[in-house]
Amino acid sequence: MKNYLSPLASGLKPSGIRKFFDLASTMEDVISLGVGEPDFATPWVMRESAIFAIEQGQTMYTSNAGLIELRRELSKYMAKHQGLNYSPDNELLITVGASEAIDLAFRTLISPGDAVLIPDPSFVSYGGCAELAGAEVRYVPLRAEHDFRLQVEDLQMAYTPNCKLLVLSYPNNPTGAIMNRDDLLPIARFVSENDLIVISDEIYSDLTFEGEHTAFANLPYMRNRTLHVHGFSKAYAMTGWRIGYVAGHEDIIQVMTRIHQYTIMCAPIMAQIAALEGLKSGESAKKDMVMEYDRRRRIMVNGLRQMGLTCFEPLGAFYVFPDITATGLSSEEFAEELLKEEKIAVVPGNAFGPAGEGHIRCSYAYSTEQLKEALNRMARFVSKRI
Amino acid sequence: MLTEDDRRLLHLLSQDCRLTPEEISIQTGLTPDYINKKTKQWEKDKVILKYSVLVNYEQLEEDRVTAQIDLKVAPQRGQGYDKIAQRFQKFPEIKSVYLMSGDFDLSLLVEGKNMHGIAQFVSDKLSPLDFIETTSTRFILRRYKQDGIEFFGEEERPKRLMITP
Repeated sequence: MKNYLSPLASGLKPSGIRKFFDLASTMEDVISLGVGEPDFATPWVMRESAIFAIEQGQTMYTSNAGLIELRRELSKYMAKHQGLNYSPDNELLITVGASEAIDLAFRTLISPGDAVLIPDPSFVSYGGCAELAGAEVRYVPLRAEHDFRLQVEDLQMAYTPNCKLLVLSYPNNPTGAIMNRDDLLPIARFVSENDLIVISDEIYSDLTFEGEHTAFANLPYMRNRTLHVHGFSKAYAMTGWRIGYVAGHEDIIQVMTRIHQYTIMCAPIMAQIAALEGLKSGESAKKDMVMEYDRRRRIMVNGLRQMGLTCFEPLGAFYVFPDITATGLSSEEFAEELLKEEKIAVVPGNAFGPAGEGHIRCSYAYSTEQLKEALNRMARFVSKRI
Repeated sequence: MLTEDDRRLLHLLSQDCRLTPEEISIQTGLTPDYINKKTKQWEKDKVILKYSVLVNYEQLEEDRVTAQIDLKVAPQRGQGYDKIAQRFQKFPEIKSVYLMSGDFDLSLLVEGKNMHGIAQFVSDKLSPLDFIETTSTRFILRRYKQDGIEFFGEEERPKRLMITP
């Protein structure tokens, strides 16, 4: 049946994570540091509000853009916590996870012949979604010597005149890097000079452990050039609910909403209701989780450095991205041997793009006991090799 | 006012008082020296009163019952509720003493081996006191949650996929 497939769809490469997932899934008693989601359950107030809503029979479609109560509350929340002002009526769209927002953004903005600048390493969906939308993907390497902060020189090297979009994702998956206001200003200038639109995926912004997160849309002249993508999955531990949102200029959001209307109709109502409750009363539960992540982050960085690995300090998300070249192994060799020898699953850095080679991604969304045990086993593994 | 650092330190200690200053240092970025000094100071100032263990006796099938005894008392001249409360707190059987708003004045948590023992304690030690006007004793049948810890039915951690992007 292969000749029936669209070349665009069949040309899509399987995510680099997939191969490793298949390998790890065959083994028992593995401690996995490979998970990109919180280990907390969604705060009880939010779960309870969704249960109550279901009991009350709130099981219908919502408006395409999402419940207006949720958009209003979100608009207030964004103004208060992120300094962003978007109208709930026409500049906000509630999506099925931030992933849907990313897909919609590419489909709304890409015309044949357009190119997209995507940082490497980065979250696996950007490249795939951009390609499906028919874009040429141009990867921009992020470098360890800059703590994986995007540099204008690297953007310039990758830039071609057909570039229309730039994807930014800070705090970053897989590196845990953040970019503060001063780091972002030159990027904003580059964006203006080259008339780009930015898809800024800030899903991890609440997990910023030093200083304040800077929303890219808040930089001078960037509001109308930015699609601000966010969601509830990480900060409110809601991955399985699939609930995210995107904010931006009305002209873009309205067309995104139209595609969303044809393909999705609306995000699930119970997820919207739980998210609304989170905005109203989930702040303290969220803060507790952030505090706990910070504690684990410090345990991880300390443990990895103690075993002799170079590990830059990740100040966001819930990942560390140590350099494993001292072991003489490639990322994939390291991850495979570690899994077979010590039953610890990590994700090879090159699964997120070629510039991730020489690193592994370790998530610290685990209990401190699990982290300590994993660090012990990793230390034993590394000590045999350096 | 507590600083953010100190709030964090107290939080960690109240979650797990076995953490060493070195471990807390790794987890917070505070120096072990600061942590030592601060906890010593808190102990001295009676901010930290005790490092304790929360035991689920039901799991051990140990006989142990707790009653909540509410008291209406008549404070004596020149001896307010504090004086009466201080008298109660000396009894080792009485684990907690609270001054309450509402219908009763004082509320005690009394622990004993069985109901009979507690009944005995109430009739021998409490009832005869002439400043006690009425008592209301209720036995705790089961403890579901205490000090933020769920005792039973704690949901099993749902399984996450081994590797996700």
